[in-house]
Amino acid sequence: MIKVNNIYKSFGDKEVLHDISVTFEQGKTNLVLGQSGSGKTILMRICTGLLEPNSGDVYFNDRRFSNLPESKRRDIRREMGVLFQGGALFDSMNVEENVMFPLNMFTRLSRGEKLDRVNFCLKRVNLENSNKLRTNELSGGMMKRVAIARAIANNPKYLFCDEPNSGLDPKTSELIDALISEITEEYNITTIINTHDMNSVMKIGQHINFLYKGQLWWKGDKNSILTTDNNELREFVFATELTRRLR
Amino acid sequence: MLRKIGDYVILMWQALRRPPKFSVFMRQLVREFYSLGVTSFLIVAILSVFVGAVAAILVAYNIDSPLIPDKMIGFVTRQMVIQEFSPTIICIILAGKLGSQIASEIGTMRVTQQIDALQVMGINAANYLIMPKIIACLLFIPVLIVFSIFLGIYGGYVACDVLSIISTEDYVIGLRSWFDPWMLTFAMIKTLVFSFIIASVSSYIGYNVEGGSVEVGRASTNGVVYSSILIILFDLILTQMLLS
Repeated sequence: MIKVNNIYKSFGDKEVLHDISVTFEQGKTNLVLGQSGSGKTILMRICTGLLEPNSGDVYFNDRRFSNLPESKRRDIRREMGVLFQGGALFDSMNVEENVMFPLNMFTRLSRGEKLDRVNFCLKRVNLENSNKLRTNELSGGMMKRVAIARAIANNPKYLFCDEPNSGLDPKTSELIDALISEITEEYNITTIINTHDMNSVMKIGQHINFLYKGQLWWKGDKNSILTTDNNELREFVFATELTRRLR
Repeated sequence: MLRKIGDYVILMWQALRRPPKFSVFMRQLVREFYSLGVTSFLIVAILSVFVGAVAAILVAYNIDSPLIPDKMIGFVTRQMVIQEFSPTIICIILAGKLGSQIASEIGTMRVTQQIDALQVMGINAANYLIMPKIIACLLFIPVLIVFSIFLGIYGGYVACDVLSIISTEDYVIGLRSWFDPWMLTFAMIKTLVFSFIIASVSSYIGYNVEGGSVEVGRASTNGVVYSSILIILFDLILTQMLLS
């Protein structure tokens, strides 16, 4: 479980997050929904320690994370897996080396054991026999799946996904969503997903937090989002022609 | 300016620490040896031979006097190559090749969030990325400079032989005259300082890239420009300090 308490963040005079307090549940897919510029990525960067908040705290299972010195944060960081928007695969390495990287850094497993784990993770994301492919040989969907395999290689307790569907076709998007959802339940991970994709919301939105202009505007789940009377959320949900027609 | 110097010192403080996994560090180091060092042999060889030859021709042209013995051409060529040409000029050439390579590699990793990925995993990204490059440069550039000294002197020998400026025997006698081993130490001290400048300044510039491909290109250019300026500046300081 991750608790975010009263987070404020500004860049100069521009306030990008205003008093955000939210709890991300363990074993659930927790979505942070909002249009571009609403502060989703900033909130995720604060949760992962890549940005410091102006005030407020982040707790990982009651362990305070904000404002800790880097050396003390490392223990918590090693329990995180992050899927970045572009995958952020190391382009000097092939698929196998990318997935093996956290195992090389943090475990004392033998080469054979590490290889078994890599193959298991690659199989889990339906990429068996892709070990030796270079990152420039991968499609967008494959990159995301390798990034997921790398994120789960070290058995994380917390999985952060920043717009996992961006730039993917609908079918691949569904595959990625299903994969994240299955992994979350299977390993009882606390998963936080930044998205503005309504398909993802309807498929895997167990807990939804809607950000609007840097504020937490609405909380709920995929069933209540379609019947909400919150105007800003309704505008967001029914922004496309397709959703308006479906309504 | 002061803020940038402070940021540079902090980054080096983070980078130059004991690596958490020695085996991973060694793997990175070997990779850097190849990508920064081995691939530079050819350009160093070509430049050294030709500039050594040109140095011998210029010395012969400028001291064309019956009062000065022919062996002076070998002596002056050797001194030029050891004291200035190999440690300074070759390091400036290497700043162009390695500086842009390091700044653009680390800069690209920054803009594609690869450095963020390292940090989120709890890895000291500066230590993981920068330290192997600095160590590789500190260990390999001196090897390149020694190689360059030999080839520069050999270039002068070839010029004397092919163009019949002086006899090769006189050239070799000049090479062996008034040799002061301190000159080699002086060249190596300069090389080590310049190697550190090339690796650390380019890494700092690449590490602090913000934006996209345009900024990576700019960082690559800045890596070369700042490294070259600092090399010239430290050349003056070190020459004054060590030879005065």
